Amino acid sequence: MKKIYSVLVENRSGVLSKVSGLFARRTFNIDSLAVGETEDSNISCMTIVSSGDNRTLEQIEKQLNKKLDVIKIKTFEEEEAISRELMLIKVKYNKSNRREIMETCQAMKADIVDIGKYQMMIQICDTPERTALLVKLLKGVSIVELARTGTLALSKCEI
Amino acid sequence: MIGADAIAKCLIKEGVDTIFGYSGVAIDPFWNSVGKENIRTILVRTEQNAGHAASGYARTLGKTGVCAVTSGPGATNLLTGIATAYADSIPLVCITGQVNTDQIGSDVFQEVDVTGAAESFVKYSYLIRDVKDIPRIIHEAFFVASTGRKGPVLIDIPCDVQLQRISDFDYPDDEPKMRTYKPTIKGNAVQIKKVIKVLEYAKKPLIIAGGGVFLSNAKKDLRKFVEKHQIPVVSTMMGIGVLPTDHPMYYGMVGNNGNSYANRAMRECDTLLMVGARVADRAVAAPDMTFDGKVLVHMDVDPAEIGKNVGPTIPIVGDIKHIFADFMDAEFKDRHETWVNMLDLYRDSMKEEHHSSPDFVNFQAFVKKLCTAMKDDAVYVADVGQNQLISCRNIIMKDRNKFFTSGGMGTMGYSIPAAMGVKAAERKTQVIAVCGDGAFQMSMMELATIKQFDLPVKIVVMRNEYLGLVREHQSREYDGEYNMVYLGSDPDLSKLSEAYGIRYIKAENMKDIDEKISDFLSDDSAVIFEVLTDPEENVI
Repeated sequence: MKKIYSVLVENRSGVLSKVSGLFARRTFNIDSLAVGETEDSNISCMTIVSSGDNRTLEQIEKQLNKKLDVIKIKTFEEEEAISRELMLIKVKYNKSNRREIMETCQAMKADIVDIGKYQMMIQICDTPERTALLVKLLKGVSIVELARTGTLALSKCEI
Repeated sequence: MIGADAIAKCLIKEGVDTIFGYSGVAIDPFWNSVGKENIRTILVRTEQNAGHAASGYARTLGKTGVCAVTSGPGATNLLTGIATAYADSIPLVCITGQVNTDQIGSDVFQEVDVTGAAESFVKYSYLIRDVKDIPRIIHEAFFVASTGRKGPVLIDIPCDVQLQRISDFDYPDDEPKMRTYKPTIKGNAVQIKKVIKVLEYAKKPLIIAGGGVFLSNAKKDLRKFVEKHQIPVVSTMMGIGVLPTDHPMYYGMVGNNGNSYANRAMRECDTLLMVGARVADRAVAAPDMTFDGKVLVHMDVDPAEIGKNVGPTIPIVGDIKHIFADFMDAEFKDRHETWVNMLDLYRDSMKEEHHSSPDFVNFQAFVKKLCTAMKDDAVYVADVGQNQLISCRNIIMKDRNKFFTSGGMGTMGYSIPAAMGVKAAERKTQVIAVCGDGAFQMSMMELATIKQFDLPVKIVVMRNEYLGLVREHQSREYDGEYNMVYLGSDPDLSKLSEAYGIRYIKAENMKDIDEKISDFLSDDSAVIFEVLTDPEENVI
């Protein structure tokens, strides 16, 4: 099972290492991890996606709660949240595949954000599944570099 | 006033009267300032034992123990002491000196990232970078160490911060405000009602009491409840002493090293109350199987322990003392007389008779005799190994006796420094450290501390020339091929005792054993009692 943990922590040095160290020491998985400041500069938000059996997923939350730098934890299943991932891909192009790449980008709602003589950079901001799909679609093209943020997620708005 | 003066003042405000530790350049400003205050300082002979001594002190008085050491190797030597306290939830504040702030991270002499190294076995740690933070941090550290699930808190203080001037020193009086730390103290009322209902209909209820009962100072409360409703109690190793051994409702220690009648009670009960116990692997080997089909009520102050190893039917997060206060208010009829009669039968019929070679001391019988002869309020500190298991299985606790050991970590060499800590806390209390020849040699440097600081601990060395419990394991698992377990017959303990100016007694067999035990306990002096046991004897 997969679970998303949105963890509000004190924005202090060493906190990331304490949280990631907890996962390492207790052999919890980190499928993805994204960290950034919140609207309050004293508080950072860590979005952690993890997987495991129910007992493990419960332990993750409880053990995180024991860390004194952790302020609050929200957990949700994938379908209860809006998840996004930002990915930048640098690819090589030539005359023969340029059009195909651009069409793929269009279909995937990805943007070409930089272009050079032989290379272009594609940006996509979408669900983790869709960003993975784009990588798949670009398999025929030579990917030079790729960077992604890891999943960011917030629970869906109340109706 | 400089930072170090401020720390010393803070410690006085926290009621600290004794600090165990070791010096070094990076912590010297601290010792200099502490020296000006009315605080007793005890120089141990290796930093690890500062942690253990502080642990013994904390467990005796039920308050936070304090130790302080220097940076680098001093700090790393202390790590085992910190981890040992963490495993048994003992409240400590551990202070380490650190290199100057501008040198941190540059691998200078005696620098080590101790907060990083200790991260997974401290309750919390601080690296003080600003002298102004000293009062707040020390106030928080004592609060965190001694509340909720207790444990060690580490404060790393760079030497230059200790020396910096602090203009206005103001120590907060009220409880620290920490938005990330609010331990649950009171048990949920709905859950408590559920438990009462379950108990009312239980035919075979059983309480497993662990170290949490002592940590929350709930021994009396538990006893009152148990006597009111006649609910049988077994204990974990950390829970030994929750009831006197001869209490009609006490049925021994559970676990793979426990009493067989206690384990039988655990297997056959229908309703189980885990009280301040964490379903540790040595107490309950296969929790899912053992608790299958039973109503399991798990009470612990640490929510993460509930459901970690087994899913309970009714979880209650809270302080045991508070929970039992709520239980006492509830009236219910109990209907489990036949169960109690059955357990009595088990306890009487499953008495473990132990036969050992007449050429040596029968240590099982020795422990019983020792316990019978010791004072009613004596503290018995067992080390780790065969001596620990034999102690646990044969110990006789009276109401005011205390039993300490390193349960979670199983740290060899705990007993002597921890016993020193007990003595430092209560000079008049009789304190007996029981260890094997392996653990003794890990901690015998402290004989000098015992002498120098007048901490007269009674030491029993169960001597069989082996690391007995591991030898025993190898005899079963490796067809008796022994590796790395033979210690030999040195040192000569009579000469060693003489060198340290400590009285010495020896028993080679059971002849005159009663007289020797009474001689051992007769005065208030430190004594080393060497007890020879059969090297080939197995305890499991």
